Amino acid sequence: MSAQLLTGNNAAAWGARLSDVEYIPAFPITPQTEIIENLAAWVDADELAAKLTTFESEHSMVTAAGAAAATGVRVFTATSSQGLLYAMEMIYTVAGWRVPLVMVNVSRGVSAPITLEPDHCDVLAARDSGFLQLHAATCQEVLDLTLIAFRVAEDARVRLPVIVNQDGFYLSFTREPVRIPDAEAARKFVGPFDPRSLRFHAQQPMSHAVAVLGGSAYSYFRYEAHMAVNNGLAAFQDACSRFGQCFGREYSVCEAYRLDGAEIAFVMLGSFATKAKAVVDELRRAGQRVGLLRPRVLRPFPEELMQRALAGMQAVIVVDQNLSMGKGGVLHTELASALYALPQRPVLLSFVGGLGGRDITEAEFVEMVHEARRTVARGTPPPPRLLYTEGELRELRKLQAIAAVQHEQHPEQERPDGD
Amino acid sequence: MLRIRLHGRGGHGMKTASRVLGRALFLEGYQVQDAPRYGAERRGAPIFAYVRADRKPILERGVIREPDLVVVADDSLVQVPAAGVRLGLDAHAVLLIDSHEAASVWQERLALAGPVFTTDSSAVLGRAAPATDSGTPGTNPETAVGEDPYLASSHAVGAAAALLGAIPRATLEAALRTELSELGRSRTARALAAALAGYDTFQDRAGTVEPRRVWTPGELSPPDWISLPFETADVSAPTIHGGATSVKVRTGLWRTLRPVIDHEACHRCHWMCAFPCPDGAMFVDSEGYPQIDLDHCKGCMICVAQCPFHVIEAIPERAASALGDDSPAPARKPS
Ligand code: SF4
Ligand code: SF4
Repeated sequence: MSAQLLTGNNAAAWGARLSDVEYIPAFPITPQTEIIENLAAWVDADELAAKLTTFESEHSMVTAAGAAAATGVRVFTATSSQGLLYAMEMIYTVAGWRVPLVMVNVSRGVSAPITLEPDHCDVLAARDSGFLQLHAATCQEVLDLTLIAFRVAEDARVRLPVIVNQDGFYLSFTREPVRIPDAEAARKFVGPFDPRSLRFHAQQPMSHAVAVLGGSAYSYFRYEAHMAVNNGLAAFQDACSRFGQCFGREYSVCEAYRLDGAEIAFVMLGSFATKAKAVVDELRRAGQRVGLLRPRVLRPFPEELMQRALAGMQAVIVVDQNLSMGKGGVLHTELASALYALPQRPVLLSFVGGLGGRDITEAEFVEMVHEARRTVARGTPPPPRLLYTEGELRELRKLQAIAAVQHEQHPEQERPDGD
Repeated sequence: MLRIRLHGRGGHGMKTASRVLGRALFLEGYQVQDAPRYGAERRGAPIFAYVRADRKPILERGVIREPDLVVVADDSLVQVPAAGVRLGLDAHAVLLIDSHEAASVWQERLALAGPVFTTDSSAVLGRAAPATDSGTPGTNPETAVGEDPYLASSHAVGAAAALLGAIPRATLEAALRTELSELGRSRTARALAAALAGYDTFQDRAGTVEPRRVWTPGELSPPDWISLPFETADVSAPTIHGGATSVKVRTGLWRTLRPVIDHEACHRCHWMCAFPCPDGAMFVDSEGYPQIDLDHCKGCMICVAQCPFHVIEAIPERAASALGDDSPAPARKPS
């Protein structure tokens, strides 16, 4: 099928539609709402035989999603930012129920202050919940990963909910050419939902996770879920090879871009990585041996694959579009723990950028590579850096002036960043 | 790669404009990326959209800082710093602006080194007469004014398509029909006529807009990164200290329609019009007449719809400012 112009939100809706979802609990939030609107229009026009129900909150929405999945129907839902945070109690709970469903999260920075634009602090708050996490970098990936996610979620080795993450604005509202798989082929690829032991029969009642357990039994259930998340890697790889056979688009756990012979590698998540790829192309043209590694799967964390891909690099530049307050970039932390096992470790540089959709320029990517080279020469990495310019601070001071912030009454305690 | 940035106001159809250009280039075999960018603002607030087109898959994303073409559908945006019209207007970038003023005026006003073209859409298309057959004047500001905001943007899109030199006339038409399919037949036809008029005017300029030379890593100037200084929460919490700081933000610049009160005919029943103003932009003077704070009136037209005696008129902002009746706005609503 030829490509069409679709936004990331359209692509997510198509992913759900082509997966023959049966139940869609919904609650609107910018920049996700368009997904629900697309699906609602199709349900209305009898083009999608699903039940779509709107709820009074994301907390109820995720409860309904988990409850419906527990009865053995295929469930899709979507949220973003504060919506995900509001649902957080049930995010953990439904993962604990071990029910498969797919939720698209459209990344948007979290409050306060409020932003509409993307970073990964929302989706990373669900990092430890038992939801698997797939991160898309293009609108095509949003669609394809949604199909793949259903296979992974429903895989008997896994049986857990999966989040497919896409970046607000940069994907959600951006149209790009997307190939919509043929409906029959997609149906074949995803396959019918085999709920196995999940059922909803009055004569054979079952209850989910109602008992109050002591630590020993509790540990068993939690660790089993952890192992099931880890199985997600094999399930994802299997789904991807099948996907390649069906549709000719090959996906892997980690996208390795021009890493052959690279000395320096960027490591990034999501759509900002394609910006870095454009810079990698220009650096390569200028003879610099630079590449990029982008995990599509963040949970389970593809530790071994990343070790293998990055072994032998001189330096690894992690650009985190998130901030764990009091620690720093989450991907940097996780990668550091993964690379610690290597006998010859590349130096690791940490940059935090793209918070609240703040752009990252070509010049900044190039400067990160310069910094990496200086680091290799010096041997010790610089302190973590927030991508922030003098010009930006000047703009901020103007806003503070409007907000009547009194600088002089509260003398600044100058302290260098990162100490 | 071709990089196009389009500026307008919420409601002008700039997202649609970017989609028309995106669709047309896509139909011509380009890889395309088109996207709108806006915040929490509403109708009338500055928004922009952008289009990238290339013969190979596009990796670049986000705001276009180095455009080949900048389209401005409303010249009053130029002076709004938040609109960011001036970003990247260097010797390479072409500016296409909808304005009564000549291109040379804008070239001089903004000290631009690159080519500037103007589309004077209201002169070309004629200012539509106020609709008189659509019920009580003033109850529906959209039709009362009779100006379809899509016309100016469609005209600009047509002109832009011609300047790009990559979009045949028939492709522009096909793209418009696809992207405007939800507008209805007669609005689509008018928008199409406006776009084709713009296209025909600039057809002899086809190919004026050219892609930039690809940058090389060596020529980029390094970012002026700083380490953020630590500041106590007294400074660094996102707090607005005190009330009424929003008066410093002139949201009146968002207005596309201006409410004008006929005080001669006004009955001074100010609770009807001034109280419902969602922006607190109306106050009552010592004689009991409602007055409008034009620095902050966003032109929502709620007061126009509210007035039971129909004495508040909606006038297109451009016409109002051109008439010079820009009476100094009252400084602040007395509390
Ligand atoms: S509602 Fe109309 S008549 Fe009454 S005070 Fe307002 S403008 Fe005057
Ligand atoms: S109600 Fe009238 S005065 Fe108030 S913002 Fe709207 S148009 Fe302006």
